[in-house]
Amino acid sequence: MLKLKTPKTHRAKREIEKRAPKFVENGKKTLILHGTKTSGVLNTVLTQIYHLKRDNAVKYTKKNENIRPFESGGETSLEFFSLKTDCSLFVFGSHSKKRPNNLVLGRMFDHHIYDLVEVGVENFRPIESFEYDKKLTPRIGSKPFFAFVGEGFESVEELKHLKEVLLDLFRGEVVENLNLAGIDRVFVCTALSSSTVFLTHCALRLKRSGTAIPRMELVEVGPSMDLVVRRHRLPNDSLKKEAMKTTSGQPKKKIKNVSSDVLQGKMGKIYIPDQKVGGITLSSDVKGLKRERREAKKRKVGIENEAKKRKTAAD
Amino acid sequence: MRDCNGGRRRKEEGFCVESWQMEAEKYQMDLGNLMASDPTHHFESVPSSRFVTVILRPGSCSQGVSPGKFRLSEEELTRACLEKGTELVQAIANAVFALPSTDDRDGPIVRLPPPTTTLPREKHLLKPKPPTKWELFAKMKGIKKRKKDKRVFDEQTGTWKRRHGYDRVNDDKDIPIIEAKLSDGNEPGEDPFSKRKAEKKQRVEKQEKNRLQNLKQAAKAGALPSHVQLAATALPITGTHGEAPKKASKEELQNVAGMAATATASGGKFDKKLPGEKPAKHAGKYRKFLPVVEGKGMSSQEKQQTAKILDQLMSKSSHGMLDVNKAVTMFNVKKEKQRRKEKEHETSSAAIKLKPKKKSLKKSSKKKH
Repeated sequence: MLKLKTPKTHRAKREIEKRAPKFVENGKKTLILHGTKTSGVLNTVLTQIYHLKRDNAVKYTKKNENIRPFESGGETSLEFFSLKTDCSLFVFGSHSKKRPNNLVLGRMFDHHIYDLVEVGVENFRPIESFEYDKKLTPRIGSKPFFAFVGEGFESVEELKHLKEVLLDLFRGEVVENLNLAGIDRVFVCTALSSSTVFLTHCALRLKRSGTAIPRMELVEVGPSMDLVVRRHRLPNDSLKKEAMKTTSGQPKKKIKNVSSDVLQGKMGKIYIPDQKVGGITLSSDVKGLKRERREAKKRKVGIENEAKKRKTAAD
Repeated sequence: MRDCNGGRRRKEEGFCVESWQMEAEKYQMDLGNLMASDPTHHFESVPSSRFVTVILRPGSCSQGVSPGKFRLSEEELTRACLEKGTELVQAIANAVFALPSTDDRDGPIVRLPPPTTTLPREKHLLKPKPPTKWELFAKMKGIKKRKKDKRVFDEQTGTWKRRHGYDRVNDDKDIPIIEAKLSDGNEPGEDPFSKRKAEKKQRVEKQEKNRLQNLKQAAKAGALPSHVQLAATALPITGTHGEAPKKASKEELQNVAGMAATATASGGKFDKKLPGEKPAKHAGKYRKFLPVVEGKGMSSQEKQQTAKILDQLMSKSSHGMLDVNKAVTMFNVKKEKQRRKEKEHETSSAAIKLKPKKKSLKKSSKKKH
């Protein structure tokens, strides 16, 4: 026996429709949480990543001991949280002797784990340790630039995967229109070796150059860290195919008041609003009025002349 | 800066307009994501020890670094990275600023091309809904949808009324009088108003059932609309759970509470009751005390009491209650079967084997007083 469950209020219905699968998707949200044991460094890393992504991230503060992303049973909690908060990216931090300062960056497809990259954080420098002009601080929600330096990002599979995940994590919403006055930040990732990536977040200062294109200057503001790739899990092929599917073209938008006929071709309907005959202002360019104005002017001039005569006579 | 053929030279830095075009070709750019990557850059080998301890002169400034340790090669590394980053960002910026821009009050707005690096989707793509039963029927018959007006002319009152809602056209409740016709459908003593109500209820139920069926079809195809959820109200009989767990009714719970109360030594008489709880039906213990002096005409009650207890004990050891008639018939039937078997054996076999008569082990023959 199946029963229909529909939302009872309009608000609930709107919320559900926001989370429904769409043709053009919303921006991905990130879930930041940690496991049983974290180090001080890792805590700062997680909070600073949260600050970078303030608008579209959710940070959990409790310890989660039953989350082990790489084990088969240890991801049910993660999937549940992802379903509840509607987050499809997650950053899971944990610290152990074997894997110190461990970060697991992962993506979800349909609230099930799609792929994972495990990195270790080394040489972390928080935002507070950089000195810079506070006016250059990038605003929350601005679209960042990305610069990937190094041949490792093309040749080594783990770094290729990490590049994709970092791009997904920090890119924010996909926009069509960009305001050129609002570009403030850039993420520079350098492949130092086949397993290490140096990630830093810089603010952009646009300097005046002779041309219309300003000269870019990078000022290190944000956290900078070395990411050492430890493990990674690629998605299996069928899941990958499913996730990468895009239908060509958008669903046809209904155009109102346009119809096509076999005999006459494309026809449109125009609806003209009623004329308010009583309220129309008469145009000033009417012939009859001109004469009146002329006469009125004449009269005015006549009065003025008289007034002048009287004055001169009085004087 | 490098020269370019026929390019204009600016006063400040000699930055050529066309030189960036050559740069852009060696970087891989994704303008939709504002990304550029330089795959050709090769970093010199990173020195193994990143930390080099150098004794600092007191008073020398260090940017946010604790005195005592000065990361030499790290600084160089970061500087080199930033330099390379600057180049790449400049290349992207050049490309982006070259796009046609519209002026807005906040600043020039540029239309970015769609991103070239494909990233996986967050959720699955929508599947097309399977057509509903009515849609299939309409397609087969060629019935087209007609746009309905909100206001309809009502012949009865001669006014324009709305189609749905308050004071609507053809409302069932508006009819004050129904003629009682003696036709096939109507019985003489039946209330036509309640009959109409019942019919409407039936129609609505049928429609709901059809709607549920359509949604189930859609769910099977994976195209359920997002605001609808199909929840199972009862577990299926076949399956791992076997019987569906029944919900205990109010009476059952009360009975159980009462039974639990009687398990105490005082029979639940002194149990604290919650406000609103009814007193237990089976309050207290039952004990029968025999009278001290017996009357003349009765057989000894004590004897009866003890005999009753004995009977119950004995019957417990015998498996099942004694139904005398049934026991007798069973005995007779068994006897007959035996006789029949013996007769068969007599006729079939040459040697007549005399079987020892088996004594019936049934305790049903035992009689009790």
